[in-house]
Amino acid sequence: MKTTPFHELHIAANAKMGEFAGFDMPLFYSLGVMKEHLHTRQQAGLFDISHMVHVQISGNETAKFISRLCPYHADQQTVGQARYTYFLNDTAGIIDDLIVTRLGENRFLIVANAGCAEKDVAHINTHAVQFDVAVEILPRAFLALQGPLAGKALNEHLPVSELAFLDAIEPKEGWFISRSGYTGEDGFEIAMPPDMAVDFANTLLSDERVEWIGLGARDSLRLEAGLPLYGQDLAEDISPHEAGLLWAIPKDLREGGDFNGAAALAEKIATGRTRMRVGLLPDGRPVRGATELKNETGGTIGKVTSGGFGPSLNGPMALALVDVSAADAPIFADIRGKLIPMIRTKTPFVPHNYKR
Amino acid sequence: MSKIYFTDEHEWLKVEGDIATVGITNHAQEQLGDLVFVELPDVGTTLEQGDDGVVVESVKAASDVYAPASGEVTEVNDALTTDAAIVNANAESDGWLYKMKLSDPDQLDELLDLDGYKSLIS
Repeated sequence: MKTTPFHELHIAANAKMGEFAGFDMPLFYSLGVMKEHLHTRQQAGLFDISHMVHVQISGNETAKFISRLCPYHADQQTVGQARYTYFLNDTAGIIDDLIVTRLGENRFLIVANAGCAEKDVAHINTHAVQFDVAVEILPRAFLALQGPLAGKALNEHLPVSELAFLDAIEPKEGWFISRSGYTGEDGFEIAMPPDMAVDFANTLLSDERVEWIGLGARDSLRLEAGLPLYGQDLAEDISPHEAGLLWAIPKDLREGGDFNGAAALAEKIATGRTRMRVGLLPDGRPVRGATELKNETGGTIGKVTSGGFGPSLNGPMALALVDVSAADAPIFADIRGKLIPMIRTKTPFVPHNYKR
Repeated sequence: MSKIYFTDEHEWLKVEGDIATVGITNHAQEQLGDLVFVELPDVGTTLEQGDDGVVVESVKAASDVYAPASGEVTEVNDALTTDAAIVNANAESDGWLYKMKLSDPDQLDELLDLDGYKSLIS
């Protein structure tokens, strides 16, 4: 199994480790998922996200190339701005969701999910041959510092106080910081050369406001924030329209464009979707991913894609993909034949707290 | 006079006469993490050894708790339906799951004693 540059620190911090996307990752530490989750919402949580992959694209046609890979106008993106987007396949299914940052006139950074790294890099390389670009996978250690005190804690070491949500800087050679994250809280994602990783993490951890947070709480935090997870809520047979992610595509590109999947996407939007992503509040008990959803007469109308207990919500929550025709009627989860009422609700389940 | 047995699935049974009180071990609750929901069987349910009698949901996952012996459920720990964290706090006492009337007490002979369980988790 692969390890990250922070592996020895996780072991020293008594983490319960587990496999995730081929990496030996911390699931939770001594605090436990519940307290780690609440600590992140109240102070600052430190996450090892080094399993994610950093791909730098540079060269004369970089903006044009990014605009082919992703459904937005990369040529209009401001230098120092990060953006949520995705790769689409020929049927407008989502290959992966990503953060793409413009670092310079002809230099972009793609940060992609660990579980999709291999196919993403193959996808990038396949299309790169038609453009004057260079593709480089950057060796980086990667941390997220998330929570209402993240800004104060990080600013003691790096100049981040001026950054707003989705602003990005490269403070030193080999370093990259964006004010972003996947918890719904204010926070930062910080990339650094692997040989500087342990010292920097120890510096952050010497601050009493900062605690290590494992993948368990990372999942409950992102789910409370209503953020989809690739491999559960997003997949190659789910379109942005179905997933409720059309907001990430400029309006003019929804009717067509030069990006991969443009024709299929325009057609799907014109015909209308048959399934849609919804937020659900299970009545009383957690309902896990892959649980079938039923209507009042027992017909199958979809399935839960992510489900769990929200420590800040103080109750169970779920994201689901359901038939549009059944979305406004009563919904039930079928747990071994027992029908649990699921109350449709707006996401996020817990309000976002970004620094705009 | 009661006797305690353990299973290699990290359950404990406290047997008094033909009634066994069933729970998960302290080691099991540590592995599961913070519990948020416990689904208990109905009183009167007949469980065969190995049936999934209980589902415990932690913040991170749902896990089945298998019946460590065969029998009929005679009582369940209702306190857990409102506060599953009792299992985290006192897995081997107040956090018991259910009581059952054993239908085949010979099954107990195949279970572990405390020393056997300790060596399993060490």
